[in-house]
Amino acid sequence: MTPAPAVAAAPGAADIVAASAASGGTAISVADLMVRFEGAAGGVTALDRVGFDVPEGGLVTMLGPSGCGKSTLLRAVADLVPIGGGKIRVFGRTPEQARLARDFAFVFQDATLLPWRSALDNVRLPLEVGRRDGDLDQYAEPEELLALVGLRGREDALPHELSGGMRQRVAIARALVCRPRVLLMDEPFGALDELTRDKLNEELLRIWRETGTTIMFVTHSVPEAAFLGEKCLVLSAQPGRVREYVDIGFPSPRALGMRDTLEFVQVTAHLRGLIEEAQ
Amino acid sequence: MTTAGVGGRGAVAGPEPADAHAVRAERAQFRRHAPAIVTAVAMLGLWQLVVTGFGVPTYIAPSPVQVAQVFVEQGDVLWINFWPTLLEAMAGFALGNTIAVLLAVWFVHNRLAERAFYPIAVFVNTIPIIAVAPILVLMLGNGYAPKIVIAALICFFPTLVNMVRGLKAVSPQMLELMRVLSASDREILWKIRLQSSLPFLFAALKIASTTCVIGAIVGEWIGSNYGLGSLIIEATYNFRAPLLYATVILGAGLAVAAFTTTSLIERRVLKWKPGAVF
Repeated sequence: MTPAPAVAAAPGAADIVAASAASGGTAISVADLMVRFEGAAGGVTALDRVGFDVPEGGLVTMLGPSGCGKSTLLRAVADLVPIGGGKIRVFGRTPEQARLARDFAFVFQDATLLPWRSALDNVRLPLEVGRRDGDLDQYAEPEELLALVGLRGREDALPHELSGGMRQRVAIARALVCRPRVLLMDEPFGALDELTRDKLNEELLRIWRETGTTIMFVTHSVPEAAFLGEKCLVLSAQPGRVREYVDIGFPSPRALGMRDTLEFVQVTAHLRGLIEEAQ
Repeated sequence: MTTAGVGGRGAVAGPEPADAHAVRAERAQFRRHAPAIVTAVAMLGLWQLVVTGFGVPTYIAPSPVQVAQVFVEQGDVLWINFWPTLLEAMAGFALGNTIAVLLAVWFVHNRLAERAFYPIAVFVNTIPIIAVAPILVLMLGNGYAPKIVIAALICFFPTLVNMVRGLKAVSPQMLELMRVLSASDREILWKIRLQSSLPFLFAALKIASTTCVIGAIVGEWIGSNYGLGSLIIEATYNFRAPLLYATVILGAGLAVAAFTTTSLIERRVLKWKPGAVF
């Protein structure tokens, strides 16, 4: 689980992949999930009988038309949204237990950094708040994490001195500081320009291989979902239901050039078709 | 990382030597303030011309030179009365703002308290301070106490309103992040809310730094035989116009000094860019 300090450590990552693949357990299981929002004008069913499993060490992307509840689903797993029925388990724990045990970390669309804290102090924030049941020694070194996300030498920079992409890197480093077993990402690169986004996509895959963390990744970009995901959960809208849980069989490690291959285009075409049907 | 180095290199100054840079900055600053300085000097000159040219009696309007003479000849009288006003204004500033900040923290954590006390705070604020002053003198006597309370009262409301807004000005996402981290309300207050309220607090403190001086002077108008306020009353009734003008200028100078000090502290404390959301 130790994140390698080197930036380009792809070769050394192979054994981590093997380790997580060998364990083969289930990280997140969702069964018969129901989420309703009660409003003044009656309730809205955001999610209806949603069920799927995320394997340990896996990377699952979530796609769907806007308003399909993919963000709600992620938030339900993160214990940010109360569930109206069904069951969510994160490594056998309820979302609340998992949250208290720091089993997962969340990355938002905005970096959500504290503007008065340096990059390094922002990464340290999770170590300073909340119940710290575990030993602090178990946590990763903030300096090493900043190096892992490619921000070595920018430790003292304040958020307004960093670009949007760099701020999101800080947010990812902060999410990793408690060595979570699951990383929940809600359109983390949605506000970035395309080039920055491609770069961060590649780096996220590298970080995923190096840390062995299970990742659930919500996006509205079909190529992003296909490029990142081992599997892609496509939801339909109103109410949100599982349209299809697609296996994306591209080998790892993946390179950006892969997106120009015929196989990749076939996969994105298939995903796009599912979303259009779901609308 | 290609992106990592760009920002750092861009921040370094060009080939120009540092002292030349400083001289240029100084000149630019002078050019910015020059119009205000020239205008002020011209107005003082015009005032002097009108007073001496039309032979306006001193008790109606003294000339700038006569006012300046008071600072030289009656400096001791001015200073003796300056210190009590300074003390009252500062004590009132500290008292009013401390209570306002503590109440704001309470309101943000207890909606019932906010609903119960906020309207009352608004009501108290609507009572003219001139009307409250005699009441406080009756209650608290002739010493420093009523002046400090009046100065505190006048500071209190803007700080309360701004601080409540500031403490609530935390993005919903930041609160969600703190929930994911299972942070307690106390941790959210100390790590997030207080820091992010600072721009709002300083906006209020800048207002309070000048109004607290007004509060102290108003307090001294009613039943007091010391302080700039009492000196204003005394000079007015005795037709000592130059002394009156000098006292007013000293009072204004105190308020300007308080405002400048607050602004300087703000600049040192707020190194980050408020307003930008990350």
